[in-house]
Amino acid sequence: MAVHRSIRDLDWMLLGVTLALCALGVLQIYSATLSTKWEDAWWKQIIWVVSGLGMMWLASNIDYHVLLGRVMYFYLAAVGLLITTAVAGNKVFGSTRWIRVAGFTLQTSEFVKIVLILLVAKYLTEFKSGGVLSWKDLAKLGGLVGFPMLLVMKQPDLGTSLTYIPILIAGVLMSGLPWKYLAIIGTVLVVSLPIGYHFLKPYQKDRLVSFVYPDRDPKGTGFQVIQSRIAVGNGGMWGRGTKDSSQTHLGFLPVPHTDFIFSSFAEEHGFVGVVIALVLYFLLIMQVVQNAQTSTDKAGLYICMGVAALLLFHVLVNVGMVVGKMPITGIPLPLMSSGGSSTWSIFLMLGLVNGVRLRRFVN
Amino acid sequence: MRIPSGGNRRATAVALLKSEHRRDDRIVSQRFPRDDDPKEAAGKIAIFQYLTVLVFVFLVSGFWQLQVKNPEYYSEAAERNRIKSTPLLAPRGKILDRDNRVIVDNKASYSLLLNRDQIKAEHLPAIASSLQLDYGDLAATIRRTTSRPQIIIKDELTRDEIAWIESHQDASAYPEMQLIRSWRRQYPQDGFAAHVVGYVGEIGEAELDSPQFIDYHQGDVIGKDGLERQYDKTLRGVDGQQRVLVDNLGRERQMEATQEAVPGKDLKTTLDLDLQAVGELAMEGKRGSVVAIDPRNGAVLAMVSAPSYDPNKFTGRISRKDWSQMANDPGKPLLNRAVQAQLAPGSTFKPIMAIAGLETATVDDQTTFFCPGGASFYGHYFACHLKHGHGAIQLHRAISQSCDVYFYNVGNRLGIDRIAYYADLAGIGRKTGIDLPNETQGTMPSTKWKLRVSRQKWYAGETISVAIGQGAVTVSPLQILSALSGLGAGGKWFKPHLILGETPVLLRQAHFKPENLQQVISGMYGVVNEWGTGHAAQLPNVKVAGKTGTAQVAATEKTKGAKLHSALANNAWFVGFAPSENPEIAVVALFENGEESYNAVPIVRDVLKAYFDKKERERNHITRIEKPFRAPELLAWAPVPGGATQ
Repeated sequence: MAVHRSIRDLDWMLLGVTLALCALGVLQIYSATLSTKWEDAWWKQIIWVVSGLGMMWLASNIDYHVLLGRVMYFYLAAVGLLITTAVAGNKVFGSTRWIRVAGFTLQTSEFVKIVLILLVAKYLTEFKSGGVLSWKDLAKLGGLVGFPMLLVMKQPDLGTSLTYIPILIAGVLMSGLPWKYLAIIGTVLVVSLPIGYHFLKPYQKDRLVSFVYPDRDPKGTGFQVIQSRIAVGNGGMWGRGTKDSSQTHLGFLPVPHTDFIFSSFAEEHGFVGVVIALVLYFLLIMQVVQNAQTSTDKAGLYICMGVAALLLFHVLVNVGMVVGKMPITGIPLPLMSSGGSSTWSIFLMLGLVNGVRLRRFVN
Repeated sequence: MRIPSGGNRRATAVALLKSEHRRDDRIVSQRFPRDDDPKEAAGKIAIFQYLTVLVFVFLVSGFWQLQVKNPEYYSEAAERNRIKSTPLLAPRGKILDRDNRVIVDNKASYSLLLNRDQIKAEHLPAIASSLQLDYGDLAATIRRTTSRPQIIIKDELTRDEIAWIESHQDASAYPEMQLIRSWRRQYPQDGFAAHVVGYVGEIGEAELDSPQFIDYHQGDVIGKDGLERQYDKTLRGVDGQQRVLVDNLGRERQMEATQEAVPGKDLKTTLDLDLQAVGELAMEGKRGSVVAIDPRNGAVLAMVSAPSYDPNKFTGRISRKDWSQMANDPGKPLLNRAVQAQLAPGSTFKPIMAIAGLETATVDDQTTFFCPGGASFYGHYFACHLKHGHGAIQLHRAISQSCDVYFYNVGNRLGIDRIAYYADLAGIGRKTGIDLPNETQGTMPSTKWKLRVSRQKWYAGETISVAIGQGAVTVSPLQILSALSGLGAGGKWFKPHLILGETPVLLRQAHFKPENLQQVISGMYGVVNEWGTGHAAQLPNVKVAGKTGTAQVAATEKTKGAKLHSALANNAWFVGFAPSENPEIAVVALFENGEESYNAVPIVRDVLKAYFDKKERERNHITRIEKPFRAPELLAWAPVPGGATQ
């Protein structure tokens, strides 16, 4: 059925939006890093995007059913990779997230997301309890997702580990969960939040506190929140342009090309630019959801919804952090933030989504 | 969609379209088992879509709040981030004497500034202790000046303090500290001319609230007293600002703009440092005042008030202890006696009585009264200062020998309201209008005045005391000086002023009969030159006229509160002017508790002598100019030590 998988069946809308966002990202990286030590980040990002496109094409060409069939190997490989990272990884800024492979430093936890999306899809299509999830299924699935989560949390990288949760939730909710379960899980979560707070590292507690009270310590942990809000507000309706964006260019914004790229984007392009970028993200997610809707089987649906939920979570947390509506977690903005691992993993996921789309007529 | 071109492709496309039409039925009915039907998740997907919409609305609203609703707030915050502004303080104008000699100058120094938005409470104790500041005072200053982004907390830093600040003002230690160049006001030592010059200090809360100081801000330095206050707007410059672009580590990136400071304008006063110095020396160790004016235009040549204070102590931020010590000193060093004292003029009031008597034809130069050493009026006995009496006495000798009985009779004949009319004309009971703050008005009683003040009628017996400048009459030294020198100038009273080159303001002009005026002035000439009470004021080559006064303190309320040992001793007055015809200079000396008027006379003599010596010196200098140049002596007058009063 090779004819059905021709290039015109690709999701051109999805690709267009993706490339538009990547273009905004590259331009913003270029502008935010002008005459800083990260000056070459923009063309590196171009390389990531171009190679990412190749990966996307590869991923869309492999039948996702084949991938699902081998998901346990991927899972074991992912866990192995995380353990290797913990043992032999590069320590940067006090946390061990990166591993050197053939000259690249890769953030292994980013790629684990893809494995978890596949794992959840596989598990939910094949669980045995006959249509409705049981506590046992939930516990099994929770354990499978929770173990790599725990490893990532230990790096420590709370932000990335949290991104695994929406994958799980999206899958579970899509497969159908009785209201009773939902209520119980909700109650348990609410009760365990204050307890969980005690297990956070001091700097993580600081971040939470400074999220709630950014003015309490304006030069300390609240600094990033305040500076980001100032940058955004400084942008105004039409933005300050590249020359006048003082928050970005005088170093007041922390990492203006990675986690806080959207603040520098907001400072330079204003509310109008922000709305355009957010509309693109909205279209991206809706397009992924549309692919879920047209999927011929539930596995495809779970894959697409996992990707959509992950993207939505990333955008919510990252952009919410930029305007001070979310605590600082240090997760990148998909497609715009500079960084190879994140870019590649997003492109791989979009490749999976395209693969689902290409196979919607398969019979 | 690409349009297929070949036949094969068209077939494919048709097949594709057909298959798409039929897809739904086929998927559901044939291919998939029931529990793998993705359609059953459609509702949940819809929920996810709504959730996505919500998330994006939430995010956009966040940006709306920051970027559209109040962007000024954040653009200002961004500006505060990137612009480090350093105030360039403007030096205050100098205060000069009439010969351009500097009375008040500025000294360049360094001050420490704290940038409010960077202040950390835990840094303050360390900063305070390193700079020997009181922590409580520092914290209070910071709390008080909330409207200022930058607060100067210490002036006149020492070399060690500057070194400490420079090594601690980086981002890692106390980044709120900023060293700036500033100016310290430098006043003459030992309280020289302190009262007329005044001093500067930080503006107070009460001042900030008054509409007069609308242009001023918290923490501004402002003239607090004297000329510094009166001409604050002239003297103060406009502070400039240097704006530098800085990055997040506070490193300077580039100069944005510099707004230069505009120095304040110099104030050229009518004061003559030579005369001032003579007055200051003469008053050393005494309480009282010396004022010299030019009766032709009202220019103030010297103004001394003793005891004095050191204004240099007031310039920075005076400690509370120093201040209360100064304010509670029984000698009242802060009071500018020249314009603020309110004391009985005593016999210096008599020339006014004389002109009133003559002008109303109550007496003439031949009118004779007998002075046995006292007289009774309305059942009270009033003594003359000369116990054995002056005998038969007429106007000329009554002035020169200061016979009280003569003037009791004049007063009794005139009645209080006619006295008040002439006294008012001379300026008694009125502010002179001198350009100094807080001038007092003094008191000239009258029937109306008594009715207004105590709702009682005037008793004729009260007039008798007023006739010799006692009773309710009170004046400031400047007032009585202005009053008598106005008589000397032919009945013209000019507004006393301190700024050189100011157009003289004629306050009042009296059209006295010239012979009446002549008789009064000749009586005053007699005071000095005919073995009268003020003979010690005689000068060679210059005709000096004047009037002494020995005023009783006991009758006045003013000094009762001050528990001084000699508080009840009489106040000694002398007002003199010279030449007696068309006077160029008039001087008053008030020597509080000086016992006898002759203790005040030499003070005036010294000042007059200094004036005429200097005039002579200047004339000689001009005539000598063709001869080889010789630097003129700085001061030709011989400084008489404290006992100038013999």
